[in-house]
Amino acid sequence: MKKIVIIGATSAIAIACARLWAAEQSEFFLVGRHQDKLQQTSADLVARGAQAAHSYVLDLIDFQQHAAMLTQALQTLGQIDVILIAHGTLPDQHQCEQDVHYALQEFNNNALSVLALLTPVANHMAQQGFGTIAVISSVAGDRGRGSNYLYGSAKAAVTTFCEGLRARMFKVGVHVLTIKPGFVATPMTADLNLPAKLTVSPEVVAKDIVQAIAKRKDVLYTPWFWAWIMKIIIHIPRGIFKKLKL
Amino acid sequence: MSATTLSSWGQYPAFPQAARPCFWRSELSTNLKQLINQFGNTLAYGNGRSYGDSCLASSDHVLATRGLNRFIAADWQNGIIRAEAGVSLAELLQLSIPQGWFLPVTPGTQYVTLGGAVANDVHGKNHHVRGTFGCHVRCFELLRSDASAQICSPQDHSDLFNATIGGLGLTGIISWIELQLLPIQSSLIQSYSTRFNNLAEFFQLAAEHDSQHEYTVAWIDCLAQGKHLGRGIFIYGDHAETGELAVHHKAKLTVPLTPPISLINSMSLRAFNTVYFHKHPPSLQHALVSYEPFFYPLDAISHWNRIYGKSGFQQYQCVIPSASAEAAVHALLQEIAAVGSGSFLAVLKRCGDVPSPGLLSFPLPGVSLALDFPQLEPLNTTLFSRMDSIVRAAGGRLYPAKDAHMSANDFRHFYPKWSSLESLRDPGLCSRFWQRVTLA
Ligand SMILES: Cc1cc2nc3c(=O)[nH]c(=O)nc-3n(C[C@H](O)[C@H](O)[C@H](O)COP(=O)(O)OP(=O)(O)OC[C@H]3O[C@@H](n4cnc5c(N)ncnc54)[C@H](O)[C@@H]3O)c2cc1C
Ligand SMILES: NC(=O)c1ccc[n+]([C@@H]2O[C@H](COP(=O)([O-])OP(=O)(O)OC[C@H]3O[C@@H](n4cnc5c(N)ncnc54)[C@H](OP(=O)(O)O)[C@@H]3O)[C@@H](O)[C@H]2O)c1
Repeated sequence: MKKIVIIGATSAIAIACARLWAAEQSEFFLVGRHQDKLQQTSADLVARGAQAAHSYVLDLIDFQQHAAMLTQALQTLGQIDVILIAHGTLPDQHQCEQDVHYALQEFNNNALSVLALLTPVANHMAQQGFGTIAVISSVAGDRGRGSNYLYGSAKAAVTTFCEGLRARMFKVGVHVLTIKPGFVATPMTADLNLPAKLTVSPEVVAKDIVQAIAKRKDVLYTPWFWAWIMKIIIHIPRGIFKKLKL
Repeated sequence: MSATTLSSWGQYPAFPQAARPCFWRSELSTNLKQLINQFGNTLAYGNGRSYGDSCLASSDHVLATRGLNRFIAADWQNGIIRAEAGVSLAELLQLSIPQGWFLPVTPGTQYVTLGGAVANDVHGKNHHVRGTFGCHVRCFELLRSDASAQICSPQDHSDLFNATIGGLGLTGIISWIELQLLPIQSSLIQSYSTRFNNLAEFFQLAAEHDSQHEYTVAWIDCLAQGKHLGRGIFIYGDHAETGELAVHHKAKLTVPLTPPISLINSMSLRAFNTVYFHKHPPSLQHALVSYEPFFYPLDAISHWNRIYGKSGFQQYQCVIPSASAEAAVHALLQEIAAVGSGSFLAVLKRCGDVPSPGLLSFPLPGVSLALDFPQLEPLNTTLFSRMDSIVRAAGGRLYPAKDAHMSANDFRHFYPKWSSLESLRDPGLCSRFWQRVTLA
């Protein structure tokens, strides 16, 4: 039975992870921005075996409230075995190119809100001296693509931040996992024309995530073949990469 | 809107459906209204395990409900579960079996949604004792484009309750369902099987075992002729009284892609059926098996529908009233054996007399016959029309969930209450099937 905090708990990927932990009678502290969705998620997890699933409404863009939320989580759960940070949005790249305000807002939500939150979280976890900080980044952060570089750069920031944080946390016994999913069929991608053969369900990704946390892996590509795809993509020379329509 | 399109299980008729996936109950109403405004009508699409065109919207734009896969409340004391309509039977079993509860009624695949199970009022191997799925539904929430959400039960909005059970998805979108489960002591099944040499022997076995066992079904070799006509294997079983309460997880095989032509032809079929029949020893066999191979043998191979190739296939399922059953099934099998088409598994099952609340529920007291045919023309059209006359003359009917060919005249004759359903239909919902059998 684990004590688990989920940030962006209404994410399809996060829910699929939570269902696996619910079967082990874990207790949850769920953070999201829509009360009704949180409430439905919580009822589902309890029916699936969770010890309890407490909800906390917060828009993560409201950085000022992060500390209060964390205090409440600790008061409720007593300790944090796993904190999974899953919230995110997929910006419209074209709009980002035309509208600075929109671009920065998206960057805030996908990058800065994560870095901001990780700061008090890391301090608490360091003090606690155990547990896992798992952060959902993306394969999109491994390389800047013409079609998606605002999102990609936000995820790159998250990935790099987590790499440094891992080095710091390792010394105090805290595990940091960077999760890099490929294409996953979730509400975020419902409107996209994803290649069917490369797209998996949130359940497939969730199994990998739960296992990577148990095995204290550093970086997870999920499904596994993305590790190979990204090895190739990372090595495409810049001169060629800029000509590709990716 | 996602570019992936959906089809029915038989992949015939080919009307690719654009899908608007819905993930939250709070988004159902907006999605429903938008689809209707944009395309004239829509239809809920569960998991596409219906064979013909009853799960295809006449606008070809469906509202995909599989994303509504949350449980809402579980009362393990009394075995009452409330869950969203997109929850699959497999997901429900995974949760309920360790608590000692099973589905009161299950079709031959666990990959259907609760919404789909209600909309076709599905039946299983225990129809003779428990009736249809709808007999165990306590209540559900129905969302219509012309009204606010209503909770329907035998007490409240009972007209909509009855019309929605077996209502082919036409009365509204079901957002959640509350179901009474069946208590079990073990997830194992005491399974027995025995060979029978012809149709008369099937009827004897059914008469003998139906009253004593929870589950009965028969597989028949649809190509056997003459004195072997209707030979097959009779299977019966009960939930074991002791043993594990375990969810079964068997590695699945898959048919990875659709071959250009059907792999099922009369030669492969005859060979398979003959081997299957003779592999079974002549004597009574007993085994203690997990629920999965007993109820869901076909689920072991995912995408098995692809073996029929790009043209797809049709299932023919009819039910014949008891009085005329033996003669009519005999005549049907003769027609099928004569053309040498048909499927690996022709399924024969006696249905009982437990009444369903559903207005358009398919089963009636008698015998149901179901089998698959590769989509071949004009073979299917001519064969089906001969079979339809036999069914009609015998006072039987066809199952809309499996249908891609029934004529409008036959449908109205088989289901005289169709006009009551039509008057309760949500004007924004319409299927390819409904258009074909009532509006064409
Ligand atoms: C291998 C196999 C074995 C089968 N065995 C049996 C059997 O033994 N007995 C039997 O009765 N059937 C059997 N079937 C048929 C199957 O059980 C039904 O077709 C079932 O309705 C399919 O459910 P689905 O979730 O896939 O729904 P779909 O096929 O996607 O849709 C079926 C109908 O349900 C409606 N619907 C779905 N969700 C909702 C909702 N939320 N609100 C309102 N309407 C909704 C749709 O509009 C449509 O009319 C079998 C099918 C297969 C493939
Ligand atoms: N799906 C993919 O292909 C894919 C691939 C790689 C990485 N990822 C990453 O995986 C993570 C989970 O995404 P998903 O695919 O599961 O999509 P999803 O179901 O749409 O989940 C995203 C969730 O984040 C929540 N959220 C967004 N901004 C928020 C904020 N400011 N405050 C609170 N909650 C907020 C959303 O809440 P509301 O529902 O209330 O708006 C939503 O529930 C994201 O970080 C995403 O970038 C996804």
